[in-house]
Amino acid sequence: MKKINLCFLLFLGLAFLYQTGIVTAGTSMSVQVKKAPVRSAPSFFSGKIIKNLAYGNRVAVLSQKGKWIKVAARGATGWMHASALTKKKIIKRAGAGDVEKYARSDEVALAGKGFNKQVEARFMAKNPKISFRWVNRMEAFNVYPSEVRRFLRQGKLSFEGGVQ
Amino acid sequence: MKKLTRRDFIRNGGKFALGISIAAGFSSLMTGCEGMGDVAALGSSIASSTGLITQSQANSITRSAKAVARTFEDITPEQEYYIGRSVAAMILARYRPYKKKTPNRYVNLVGQTLAMASDRPETFGGYHFLILDSGDINALSAPGGLIFITRGLLRCCRHEDALASVLAHEIGHVQYQHGLQAINKSRITEAVTVLGTETAKTKTFAGEDLASLTSIFEDSVSDILKTMIDSGYSRKFEFQADDAAITIMERVGYNPSGLIDMLNMMKMRLRPGRGDFAKTHPSPSQRIENARDLIGPYVPVEIVKARQSRFLRALKHI
Repeated sequence: MKKINLCFLLFLGLAFLYQTGIVTAGTSMSVQVKKAPVRSAPSFFSGKIIKNLAYGNRVAVLSQKGKWIKVAARGATGWMHASALTKKKIIKRAGAGDVEKYARSDEVALAGKGFNKQVEARFMAKNPKISFRWVNRMEAFNVYPSEVRRFLRQGKLSFEGGVQ
Repeated sequence: MKKLTRRDFIRNGGKFALGISIAAGFSSLMTGCEGMGDVAALGSSIASSTGLITQSQANSITRSAKAVARTFEDITPEQEYYIGRSVAAMILARYRPYKKKTPNRYVNLVGQTLAMASDRPETFGGYHFLILDSGDINALSAPGGLIFITRGLLRCCRHEDALASVLAHEIGHVQYQHGLQAINKSRITEAVTVLGTETAKTKTFAGEDLASLTSIFEDSVSDILKTMIDSGYSRKFEFQADDAAITIMERVGYNPSGLIDMLNMMKMRLRPGRGDFAKTHPSPSQRIENARDLIGPYVPVEIVKARQSRFLRALKHI
């Protein structure tokens, strides 16, 4: 009976770790977004951007604070938001060999497979009346952290953009 | 002692329930993935037995499909980005963009600030906002973070806190990937089969495979649009997005009662029978009732002078 209780508690513990998205120091993660900054502090606003990483770059996990993960990558050490990272390894130019190799793996994502630029180009060719001009313009609408800081201060808002 | 709101109760209870459900989730997820692999295995086995491909190719397809099934079922942020771009382009085929710089810049400033406070601040291509030149009362979010708001809905906002509630609601849909969940599951199975075949052959898509994949892509985009524009998300998803909006607003320092103010104004302006929020969302009264359960007692939005003047300055011609 005690054994069962212990197993149940262990299971609950593991389930809790999974649900809270806690990552383990010493493991590796991959950048799952187009461009992701490494920051000097676990915050969108305080501190500086030390380095920008690209899609598929690997990072070594050092520690975690809330939704922020301290990483080491390409000679830099700093903080990244967990939503920019995945536990999966991302293979950027996957060929048949990679697929064979990782056929039974749950830990690999194949970049550029499935719905990609090539498919979008074909979609555009099939639908010449659908314009992507304003979609591209929209993607260029960006605000800088300094503007956000000023916006918050002027509007008497309080978000620290840091550890949640 | 602080009164326990329904949201606190749901959150705390949810954490426990989620923990319990993880085992079931794991097993069902694995079953689903295996199922995908089985579809390709069956297909390649038939193709092999009929002499269309060699046994070695068939084995390769089976293995490839299993690998891709697991990654594709997740729909990577990269693929979500491409789906979102096409959904956005289709929205812009129905609605004209409102081209004035100042209001769009202001909406991006509010929206991108809110997105940073969401549970998913980083998406593959980031969050970007555009005003639509329409009197309809509508807001739409494409997967990955391309978010639209009509002039008609901006007119329902009397202050920045109300505008924040609309944008944060749409960010909530992106955060929970409600758009992707509108894709018919059979399309994913089809795509996996095509990918399995493709990866066994070459590094890039052969013409026929690309055509099939593009056709599945088009159907997936269409599934999302039909749900967003015609049938609407489920009430559960809409209330979930309102819940996310309230959380995000609180994190930034906005008064969540801004959502109630906006919904009250919407209630006065919505015209039944139009193809906008009246068709696709629970009624403003139902949403107000739900939001009040989450927020607790209504606290009127305090008008902060600097906040209000920038709001009026940016949106004066809306």
